[in-house]
Amino acid sequence: MSKYTEDDLREELKTKEYEYGFYTDIESDTFPVGLNEDIVRAISLKKGEPEWMTNWRLQAFKSWKEMMEPEWANVSYVKPDFQAISYYSAPNSKPKYDSLDEVDPELLATFAKLGISLDEQKKLSGVAMDVVVDSVSVATTFKKTLGEKGIIFCSISEAIKEHPELVKKYIGSVVPQKDNFYAALNSAVFSDGSFCYIPKGVRCPMELSTYFRINQAGTGQFERTLVIADEGSYVSYLEGCTAPSRDENQLHAAVVELIALDNAEIKYSTVQNWYPGNAEGKGGVYNFVTKRGLCEKNAKISWTQVETGSAITWKYPSCILKGDNSVGEFYSIAVTNNYQQADTGTKMIHLGKNTKSTIISKGISAGRSQNSYRGLVKISPNADNARNFSQCDSLLMGNECGAHTFPYIEAKNKTAKIEHEATTSKIGEDQIFYCNQRGIDTEKAIALIVNGFSKDVLNKLPMEFAVEAQKLLEISLEGSVG
Amino acid sequence: MDLKEKLLSSFLVFENQLDDDAYLNDLRNDAIKTFEEKGFPSKKEEAWKYTSLNSILKEDYSIFPKQENSIEFSDVKKYFIHDIDSYKIVFIDGKYSSHLSQTTHDGMDICLMSAAMSKPKYRLVIENYFNKAATKDSLSSLNTAFSSEGAYIHIPKNKMVAKPIQIIHFSTGNESAIMLQPRNLVVVDENSHVQIIERHQSLTDNAVLTNSVTEIFANKRAIVDYYKIQNDTLNASLIDNTFINQQRESVASVHTFSFGGKLVRNNLNFYQKGERIDSTLKGITIIGEKQHVDHNTLVHHIEPNCESHQDYKGIFGENSTGVFNGKIIVNKEAQKTNAFQANNNILISDKATINTKPQLEIFADDVKCSHGCTIGQLDESAMFYMRSRGIPEKEAKALLMYAFSNNVLSSVKIPEIKQRITKIIANKLGVNIGFDL
Repeated sequence: MSKYTEDDLREELKTKEYEYGFYTDIESDTFPVGLNEDIVRAISLKKGEPEWMTNWRLQAFKSWKEMMEPEWANVSYVKPDFQAISYYSAPNSKPKYDSLDEVDPELLATFAKLGISLDEQKKLSGVAMDVVVDSVSVATTFKKTLGEKGIIFCSISEAIKEHPELVKKYIGSVVPQKDNFYAALNSAVFSDGSFCYIPKGVRCPMELSTYFRINQAGTGQFERTLVIADEGSYVSYLEGCTAPSRDENQLHAAVVELIALDNAEIKYSTVQNWYPGNAEGKGGVYNFVTKRGLCEKNAKISWTQVETGSAITWKYPSCILKGDNSVGEFYSIAVTNNYQQADTGTKMIHLGKNTKSTIISKGISAGRSQNSYRGLVKISPNADNARNFSQCDSLLMGNECGAHTFPYIEAKNKTAKIEHEATTSKIGEDQIFYCNQRGIDTEKAIALIVNGFSKDVLNKLPMEFAVEAQKLLEISLEGSVG
Repeated sequence: MDLKEKLLSSFLVFENQLDDDAYLNDLRNDAIKTFEEKGFPSKKEEAWKYTSLNSILKEDYSIFPKQENSIEFSDVKKYFIHDIDSYKIVFIDGKYSSHLSQTTHDGMDICLMSAAMSKPKYRLVIENYFNKAATKDSLSSLNTAFSSEGAYIHIPKNKMVAKPIQIIHFSTGNESAIMLQPRNLVVVDENSHVQIIERHQSLTDNAVLTNSVTEIFANKRAIVDYYKIQNDTLNASLIDNTFINQQRESVASVHTFSFGGKLVRNNLNFYQKGERIDSTLKGITIIGEKQHVDHNTLVHHIEPNCESHQDYKGIFGENSTGVFNGKIIVNKEAQKTNAFQANNNILISDKATINTKPQLEIFADDVKCSHGCTIGQLDESAMFYMRSRGIPEKEAKALLMYAFSNNVLSSVKIPEIKQRITKIIANKLGVNIGFDL
């Protein structure tokens, strides 16, 4: 085999097309483009929502109209025209099915192409799936098993109808309607999403997961996820996505709210692989996501993310450590290639005493991409003995790309202990040489190094997801991951 | 009338008094226009997120002192590093004081900005260097518009300046509030070496606002050591804008010691415009009461094979606020860059705040860049160790804090400055450490 060098890798990265880019033709019922109060009402009506929900949406819409698009992020793009987007699209094979046989076969084929067969999942991995294809849940499995434990895991529209007291109490409590431009937009027009409630003292027996897909040309995806872990409970939630390849920019503005009550623990893992655009930076998904969790006493929230897709990523999964002794964690791998831009990181807001947070962020940039870490660690005056450790490492491949770090640290308590470190490096020639010398070819060596570089984060993913994460890393950095 | 309007109208008066040539006149007019457009920076700007100028802008500053004031050397001797022989450039309320100063034209120019701006023999240097490193931000522009006095230092080729140069600005407090805008230009030619000490000192409790701009040009293989001692009274505020342009193989270092002042903002910018450059930025900040010290640094690596070292230590007591905003930019051509940045802070009071934002923007792949930042307390086991050996708590604390900041002092090349700083630290901590360095 001829010598495989970093240049070859770069060449491969450049030419590697999006493998999962395909488009399934399913009839959808789609709203006319544009956004106004009537559209918001229509969405609410379409979903058969009670009046309080409609008003909540309208309130959000009202504040959205007055807000400006944020410009502080280290990304540049053509701003989406919010009046040229259709705000609702649902696969028209409704209502819900009791068994998989009734599901639109085309849909099933889509999942088969992705290697995610529902029944296989059902049988082998014990993962309950709340499949979201273009905004409406079409199949929910394992609901019964979960139901026996008192766990509610359903689409958010279903939850609004069946558990209004829970939704009413918690929706918008962590990410208020007016939180930011995209959160307000999402609050006004969210189409669907997942809802999960774990009752007191229950340890959720399986990993909960939802696959998001954008599947209808020209529709934005506005997911709303609400996870509530009641006192002493535990849940691990997985979210992953792949999107079909197409030229037009797509907007994705999701909101995820996590609430961990006393002694509860939520583990939220994401593998994100929206279409990143082609080698010239044309097309690709705009991913503007607001994710935030609230920790009560002794609670723990852990965010793990593998970000490989999207033309623009704007995402800061955060933890509000409100209760004493609560713990927040953030583990992230962000891979950017070609013209991708990622501005991602976390916020750890320490309010309670003895709160702890850990931030591990790994950025890998190749091609002409820009990869930024932006984080905030804030210690309020009452947060005695707060502890934070942050580490941001960047790996650069080639000199056309950039790596940036913008960590903000604000401490107002003298007992706080904060450590932050960041490094930037490339794959060392001596590292490659060492491997070569021991009979490992360059391709494998790069794989080893990149793997080792991201190991801290990959280790945090649940078993079921670790494999998929590896697969997605392969697509983004083909040839470098064994 | 707010300060901005006052400055704008004063400029018209000021401009009429000057007999500048067209070149400087255009510079001033452009600069005042920039200031008029941008105004004073507000907290909405990212670079000023943690520092608000509101509290110091509301004073009614006089822009031009009404009379010339003089002071006796014996009264102010303690503010000089007086135990070494040095060149001195001293200003009282913004006016040059010839009897406190010691300047020279012997083989090099250590003199005044006002002379350099008006005399034809300096014309070439002014045209080549003046306002060439300063950015067009509003405060530097404001200074440019009003620039008339300051230190002018030009060291020609192959010259080692034997004595350090002290630049000291006194304000007498004869005005109830005064705004000073000194402008310094330092040009160090090939292979030359210079050491400069800068200090701003108010002699009374009257309000002072200093908006200073210093431009330093370190040409090929030049060595520049710059020390800033900031230990002013609690009503004196300082906005220090320093711009350093380095050519290849030059070595420049700036040490900033911030112990006093109401509000101190240090904008320190290094531009590496050649290969194999070495830049050092170090600082010690020890403040209390309601003081506010903001270090805003930028190191821009433009060419390959350069190094930069940053090390800022801070100890914050009472209601004080510390800000550190360090930015390192590595251009894509600047391969083999080695950039290091550390910011360590200790909070010793519940009401003190520290905001720090170390930033890296890297576009080259073959570089070593790292930054580290910590906020913590004094080590309890170390305290216990010393207490168990009979060292009183206060002294033990002081020793630990002294040790904490010692890293920065170790690179100071003038022993007398080290001694002076050690004394100030001991004084600040209210102890007699009992040893000199």
